[in-house]
Amino acid sequence: MSNNMNHLDELENKSVYIIREAYNQFKKIAVLWSIGKDSTTLIQLCRKSFFGHIPFPVIHIDTGAKFEEMYEFRDKYAKEWKLNLIIAMNKEAMARGVKCGEGDGFTCCNELKTNALKQCMAKHDFKALILGIRRDEHGIRAKERVFSPRDQKFNWDYKNQPPELWNQYRSISDDQTHVRIHPLLHWTEVDVWKYIKRENLPINKLYFAKNGLRYRSLGCKPNTKPIKSDADTVDKIIEEIKKSKSSERAGRSQDKEAAYVMQRLRKLGYM
Amino acid sequence: MRNQKESKFKIVFVGHVDHGKSTLIGRLLCDTKSITEEKISEVKTICKQQGKQFEYAYLMDHMIEERDQNITIDTAQIFFKTDAREYVIIDAPGHVEFTKNMITGASQAEAAILIVDANEGIQEQTKRHAKFLSLLGLEQVIVVINKMDKVKYKEENYIKVKKELLEFLKKIKITPTFIIPISAFKGDNIAKKSDNMDWYEDKTVLEALETFKETKNLSNKPFRMPIQDLYKFDEIRIIAGQIASGTIKKGDEVTFLPKGNKSSIKTIEKMNQQLESASAGENIGITLIDPIFVDRGDIATQSDNKPKSTDEVVGNLFWMSKEPLSIKENLTLQCATQEIGVFAESITNRINSSSLKIIEDKSNELKEMEIATVKLKADNPVIIEDFNNIPELGRFILIRNGAVVAGGIITLN
Repeated sequence: MSNNMNHLDELENKSVYIIREAYNQFKKIAVLWSIGKDSTTLIQLCRKSFFGHIPFPVIHIDTGAKFEEMYEFRDKYAKEWKLNLIIAMNKEAMARGVKCGEGDGFTCCNELKTNALKQCMAKHDFKALILGIRRDEHGIRAKERVFSPRDQKFNWDYKNQPPELWNQYRSISDDQTHVRIHPLLHWTEVDVWKYIKRENLPINKLYFAKNGLRYRSLGCKPNTKPIKSDADTVDKIIEEIKKSKSSERAGRSQDKEAAYVMQRLRKLGYM
Repeated sequence: MRNQKESKFKIVFVGHVDHGKSTLIGRLLCDTKSITEEKISEVKTICKQQGKQFEYAYLMDHMIEERDQNITIDTAQIFFKTDAREYVIIDAPGHVEFTKNMITGASQAEAAILIVDANEGIQEQTKRHAKFLSLLGLEQVIVVINKMDKVKYKEENYIKVKKELLEFLKKIKITPTFIIPISAFKGDNIAKKSDNMDWYEDKTVLEALETFKETKNLSNKPFRMPIQDLYKFDEIRIIAGQIASGTIKKGDEVTFLPKGNKSSIKTIEKMNQQLESASAGENIGITLIDPIFVDRGDIATQSDNKPKSTDEVVGNLFWMSKEPLSIKENLTLQCATQEIGVFAESITNRINSSSLKIIEDKSNELKEMEIATVKLKADNPVIIEDFNNIPELGRFILIRNGAVVAGGIITLN
C-alpha cells in the first residue's frame, strides 16, 4: 500500500477497482440509486471511476411513497451530474391498490421494490446491478460477496456462495440471471459520512436535524421513523453515530418484524 | 504512515468446528461494546422465541439455518473497536464442508487468530486452516487455547496443547506471536486478565491484537500496473488501472508487457484532476506520449526493471472444486487482470491439506481440498512476480466453465 493513502483513500480505491471491474465484465449493467446517503456516495464513486461520466444507467426504484425532498434531490442531481436516469415503478401493482406501508411489511416491499426491479431488469436486459449495501448494516449483509450471483428466480443462494479470493472478482455462469456488485461492503456508516464530508457531497436534508428530529436511515415514508437528534451538520452526525447505542436501521420497520422478514426479502431478490 | 487509529485491521478467525470461534467473536463484540444493546436484545428475543438459551455465538451466526443447526456456514465480516484501533473480524466457518468459504475469508485478512479447544486439542480443521494461513502468506498469527473452563483451568492441559501446536506450526513455517489460554464462554483472558489462571502472565487477547503490524508498504518497489480497461470519454484515450507496486511520475517511461512496447507518461488522471505522481494502491488513468496499442491484461512496468514474462507458471495450488483437476485439462488463469488459457502439465507434491501427508509425489489429478505444486503451461506469456515480493502478480485463480476452482501462490527462486 502507498505511504500517502489514508483510510478513506483505501476504501475509495477498493471501490473504484470493483466498479471498473464490473463495467469491464458486464456491458449490460446499471447502478441502483435510492437517493440516500450510501447510494449517493456510490454514485460519486461511479463518477470517479469513469472520470466524471457514468457510462451506464442509474435506476431509481420509485414506490410512490418516498419523501418529497428525495424526489427534488433526485431530479436536481440527475440533471447536474448528467445521469442516465431510469425510474422503475411497478405500476401494475399500484393499479391493483398495493400501497406502501399497508399490510404485513413484506408484500409492499416485495411488490413495489423487488418486483419493480425485476420488471425493469427484464425490460432492459441488465446482467449486473451495482448496489450500495454495506456489511455493517445488517447481520445478513455481513455475509455478502462483492460479486454475488442471483439465480433465475432472483434468489440468493446464501448457503452455497462461490469462493471469492483477494480482489479477483468473477461473474459466475450457469444458473445466474444477474450478478449483484457491492462496492461499499467494506465501508461503515461512519466511513460514509466522513467521505461525504471530505468530498462535500450533496446530501438529502432529511438526514439533518430539524425541530429535534432527523432521519438516520431513509426508506419509504410510511416505514421510516425519525430519531431524536440535534445533529444538523455532518460533523455532528458523525459524533452522534460514534456515541450511538442503537443501530442505523432501527427506524426501519421491515428490519424489525418477525425476525426474518429481512432474510426472506433478501433471499427473494430485495436489496 | 497509515493512520493506525482510523484504518481497520483485518483479522480472520479460524479453527476446527465447535472449538468456539463464534463464541469468542461474540464475546469480543460484547466486551468492547462494539455491538449495540439493541442487537443483543434482538438476538436474545429470538432465542427466547425459539426456546433456546442465549449464546454469544449467536451474535455472529446471523442466518436462520446457522442458528438452527448451530454451525457457521459462510464467512462474515463485522467491525469491532478497542481504544487503540479498529478491526474487521472475518469469521471463517470451521466445518470441512465450508472450507472454500474459509479461504474466501482468509484471503482478505492481514492477520489471524487460530482457536483450539483445550480438551480436544488439534483437530483436522485446525491443521487445515493453519496450512491455508501459511499458504496465503499470513505470517501474523495468534493462537488461543479455548474452553479452559472445561479443563478446570489446569496449566498442564495448556502446556500439552501448546507443545503439539508448536510442533505442527513449525512444519508449516508459522511462528505464532502469542499462545493464550482463554475461556470465551466465561470471558477469561479476552478483555480482562483471568482470575482463574495465575500461572499465565502474558497478554490477554485484546492486548495481543494490538501488537499486529500493518502490511508492507509497496510504494518503494518497482513500478507495476496491470491495465484494467481503456476509456475514451471526451476524445482522450485513458488507460485505467490500479498500481500494484511502485510509484509513477509524469514523464516516466513505461514498458507494456508482454508486448514490450514503450512510451512515456503524458498525464496521470483522476476525476477533475491531474497528478504529478501516483503510488501503489491508487486507481488512476494514464495517457501516453505515443499512440501505442495496449490492452486490458497488459502490465505497465518500469522500463529499467521488468518482471518475469513466461509461458510456464509454477504455483502452490489449492483445489476447491468437487470435480478434480486433471493434467491437460483446459482452464483459464486469472492473475491481476490477465486472463490466459492454461493447462496443468505436471502435478507434484500432492498433499492432503489437513494431515499434510503426501498422497502422491507425482500425480495426474488433484482433488478438492488438496494442495500441490502444479506446473501450468500457458497459451500466451504471463507476467508474474513472487507473492512475497509483489502479491498482486504473485497470486492467481483458475476458472473452469465460469466457476472459480482453485487459488494459487507463486514463489520464484
